[in-house]
Order: sequence, then structure tokens, then C-alpha cells
Amino acid sequence: MTNKELSVLAYELRKKTVDVIMGAGAGHIGGDMSVMDVLVMLYFKHMNISPENQDDPGRDRFVLSKGHSVESYYTVLSEKGFFDYETYKNTFSRYGSEFIGHPHNTLPGVEMNSGSLGHGLPVSIGMALAGKMDQASYRVYTVMGDGELAEGSVWEGAMAAGHYKLDNLCAVVDRNGLQISGSTEDVMSHEPLAERFAAFGWHVIECDGNDMDSLDAAFSEAKCTKGQPSVVIAHTVKGRGSAVMENKAPWHHKVPTAEEYARIEADLETRKEELAHA
Amino acid sequence: MHKLPELNTVGNKIPNRQAICDTLMAAAADDRNVVALCSDSRGSASMTPFFNAFPQQSIEVGIAEQNLVSISAGLAKCGKKPYAFSPACFLSTRSYEQAKIDCAYSDTNVKLIGISGGVSYGALGMSHHSAQDIAAFSAIPNMRVYLPSDQHQTAKLIRALLTDQKCAYVRVGRNPVEDIYSAENCPFEMDKATVLCDTENPDAAIVACGEMVRPAIEAAKALAASGIHAAVVDMYCVKPFDTEAILKLAPTVKGYVTVEEHAPFGGLGSMVSQAVAAACPKRVVNLALPDAPVITGTSKEVFDTYGLNAEGIRQAVRSLFA
Ligand SMILES: Cc1ncc(C[n+]2csc(CCOP(=O)(O)OP(=O)(O)O)c2C)c(N)n1
Ligand SMILES: [Mg+2]
Repeated sequence: MTNKELSVLAYELRKKTVDVIMGAGAGHIGGDMSVMDVLVMLYFKHMNISPENQDDPGRDRFVLSKGHSVESYYTVLSEKGFFDYETYKNTFSRYGSEFIGHPHNTLPGVEMNSGSLGHGLPVSIGMALAGKMDQASYRVYTVMGDGELAEGSVWEGAMAAGHYKLDNLCAVVDRNGLQISGSTEDVMSHEPLAERFAAFGWHVIECDGNDMDSLDAAFSEAKCTKGQPSVVIAHTVKGRGSAVMENKAPWHHKVPTAEEYARIEADLETRKEELAHA
Repeated sequence: MHKLPELNTVGNKIPNRQAICDTLMAAAADDRNVVALCSDSRGSASMTPFFNAFPQQSIEVGIAEQNLVSISAGLAKCGKKPYAFSPACFLSTRSYEQAKIDCAYSDTNVKLIGISGGVSYGALGMSHHSAQDIAAFSAIPNMRVYLPSDQHQTAKLIRALLTDQKCAYVRVGRNPVEDIYSAENCPFEMDKATVLCDTENPDAAIVACGEMVRPAIEAAKALAASGIHAAVVDMYCVKPFDTEAILKLAPTVKGYVTVEEHAPFGGLGSMVSQAVAAACPKRVVNLALPDAPVITGTSKEVFDTYGLNAEGIRQAVRSLFA
């Protein structure tokens, strides 16, 4: 698929994700929307992961550290064919469902359970170290939130990945600038973020995390980087896709009203059309 | 012993966390050493009003529960009265060592407030459930553990905690809970269970804490209609555990039923069983969450699945007489 096709797909999947949240009456919509382009770029272009190779030890590994973005993640996994979208949509968060509100690895395609922030990077380091031990060629990807970076375990991991020069590891920060209580810089500041990762021995790549060409270039650069781990600081907009929720902290986990839903759907469709005809 | 309260179905319904915020705001106005800390959790803790009203007495640490607890300990050591709020799941597991070393072992006056406790977060999965917190914190020497049942008891508990100098863990749920007590009628003695019964010589005892107290009372009322008079022990003070309140009932009761929003090991049921086995062996039936990831659902659906409701408790009490 071309990057243009991927960006159209990302909007299609945003709509499907919003539908899941509407059906369940629950979800973390803001982070779902900001991270969607990252997930689509990884799953449809850069990562070697599919239902066909899900048991192959040589497959790439992916850990969604910001597990609350499970709705967009599952929509992408269903689009990849790991499970049926309708089943997911109709049972997500409902009584007795396998599709609980955070990633769960009894489902195909999910490597690790998450939901408690600050676990994905250290777990990914373990996967990357195992790959080095086995001289395997797979790569390991993890996606963190920017608020998540306040967890000490992230920086213990940052230190270890730098120490072990894990060039088979690529961490992504969904740098949307918001967390539950407001702006990340007000709650607990992270800047200068790039310099912080660099000081821990990482190759730092900054990109527009809602632009497919920019993301494509970032992940290509990470792949070519030898001798150190790469972090892609993906500058994104929380709630990306509709003015109803863009850059608004309460949309971390707000569920749209019927009226908001109509406007969000219309906005997402408009953006999709614009991208398709750009 | 107090009479079983009338359960007013049109009564107030507010989450206990809100009662904590109200009580702390009243205290903070007079005492600038009362300090609240949050870890990107002020909304879910109902603490936004406190943060807005007392910015000089509020500290935001970001998503960093270990830091939250250790910073609180440092504040306490320098004369502050810190209340550290975080979802019970993260507070009791992520920052467990900080609680053990910096609060309990170093003997600092930190009050840990575990919000959205138990299975409040329902469908969010095990990462968000705190079914281990009673066991974990009770096992720490010098740590106290409280699970208040309604807003009136919560307020009284927090007022009592404001006057002492030791660390404690308080777990409250996310959901609004219907009142059990009232402003006029809320029997409360610090570290003594509230024993509720309509007769002097109960036939059975139901020991409950937190959100399980209300269904326990409902069950007791239903049982009374069929001739079984059960005492309800509201063991809000899980630690220090009120052994005396349990043993006092032993002479007349056929057995005990315990009910808790917790794993089956190391919680209220274990403690009651231990006390009863040691002093007056009798049957103890433990109702708790399973030793497994709980079913996906709202907390009510989860409770109903595992019999943690009035009917489940009623049947368990009846089974003592089978
Ligand atoms: C250890 C831990 N603490 C707290 C939470 C509750 N929580 C869920 S999402 C969230 C905010 C996350 O913000 P960020 O990492 O910036 O994610 P995004 O903006 O991408 O949604 C918090 C505090 C959690 N899931 N895990
Ligand atoms: Mg963020």
C-alpha cells in the first residue's frame, strides 16, 4: 500500500474504533486517535507480523505499552485478520467478553498483557535481548504514551537498552502532549525529551506522528541505525481527526454523545476524503 | 451491638472518595500541613476541588506511583500530613515496597488512599483490579488497612486518621454507594468493628467490609424473615483486626460467613478463619473473588457472578444450618 492509501486506511480504522467505543460506552478515544497512524504504519508497512506468521519465532514483536489505546490496537489487529471485527465490536467490554478493556494475550496477535503503564519498554528489552542471544533477525517495537514516561521503570529501561546497544529495538512515544489531568508539561514535564533519550544512549528520531511519509521515514531510519536503540518521538494530536476532541484533555476517555458522534463521524469522513483526493 | 440500620433506598448515593475529599478540604482549611498528592489521578480520586482550593497544599507527581509514596514519606518526615491518592491497583502493587519501607518501616505518617479499589474498574481487566491489597498491606508490620463502607463511616474514619501520626492504607471503590448509616446514626469507634444485629443472641455472623457491608445487611434482613438472626460485623478496620468482635459472637452463632471484594487468600476471610480456628473452632464460609482473572463486566456483574451479593450471602448463611 502507498502511504496515501495507508493514511486513508487510518481514517477508516478511526471510524471503526469510534464505533467500538460507542457500542461499549467505554474506551480511551483520545489516545486511540493520536496513535492510529503509528499503528497502521507499523502493522501495514514496517513490521513483519501477520496471522500467517504469528507463531513463527522470527516474527517481529510488538508491545502496546500504553495499553489503554486497546480499541485502536484491536481495530488494527482485526483489519490484519487476527480476529473478526464484528465480534470484537459487539462484545468489547461486555459481560463475559474476551475483549476486555486492555490488551490481553489470550487473543491472537497480542504478545503481552498491558494496562499498567511503564511495563512495555522493559518487556521489549527482554524480547530484544533474547533476539540478540539467538542471533535472530526480528525487531521489537513498543509504543508508550508521553504521560507514561513519568514512570521510573521507563528510564530504568532506557538505561538498559542503551547499555546493551539494542539496535533491534524501536520505542515509539506518542507525543500528544496530554494525559488525564491536562498537559504533560504542566503535570510532569518531559522536555528536553530528545536530549534525555540521547543521554541514555538512544538514537532519537522526531517525526510528525500523524503523517504517513514522516512516520515511514522515521521507521526506516530506525531500521538502519546500528549499535544503539532508536526512539521515534511521534508528535501527534490527541483526539486526531475531529475538532470535537482534538487537543482536549477530557477526551482522554470521554464517550461521545449521539450528537458528538455524528460530528466526529462527519469530520473523520471529510478528512478521509481530503486525504484520498490529495 | 447496634440495631441493623434501615436501608433507605432513596438515600444519598455518593462515592466514598468524594467523602474523603470533603473531609480533607475541611481539615486543610485549618491545618496547612494537610497535603494531598496525586499521580495523574485527581479526577478519579474526586480530588480536583481540593487541588483547586488548596494549590499550595497539593502535589502532582505525574504517572509515577512509586515516587508518589516515597515523596509522601519525605513530606511526612518533615511534619506534613500527606494523603497520597492513586488507583488501589497501582498503589498496592507498583509502590508496595515504597509503602513497606518508606511508610511502615520508617514509621512515617503517610495516609495511602487506594481509589477505585477491588473490581471497580470492571471490564478494564486484572491490571486495574486490586484484589490483593488487603493481603499485601496487612502483611506489612506497622501498616493499617481500612475499607470503609459508606460516606458517613468514611468521613469519620478520615477524621480519626487526621488525628494520628501513623501510616495507613484506605481502600474505597469508584462507584457511588448507597448510605448504610446516616449523619445522625453512624456508630463508629476507631479500630473497633461495628456490630449490627437485632437480637442479643445471633444465630450466625456475617463479616464484611467495604462495599460488601450493604449486601450483608440485606442478607441479614432476608434471613430474619425466615427465622435466622444473623449479626453483621462491619469490619472496616481490617487491620488492626478486631478479633474481639468476632469472638464475642462465638457462643451463640453456628458459624461465620465472610464476604469481601478481594482474592480468596490473605484477606478478611483468612483473618476471620484464623481467629475463629484459634479460639473457638466453628465453620467459616469465605465468599470472595476467585483465584483467577475475574470475568469481564461491571462490578455489579462481577459480584453477581461470584455470589458476592445479598442472595449469595443469604445462601452461604443457610448452608451453615444445612
Ligand atoms: C501505572 C499506571 N498508573 C496509572 C494509570 C491510569 N492511566 C491510564 S491512561 C493514563 C494517562 C496516560 O497518558 P499518556 O501516557 O500520555 O497516554 P495518551 O495521552 O496517549 O492516552 C493514566 C494515568 C495506568 N493505566 N497505569
Ligand atoms: Mg499523552
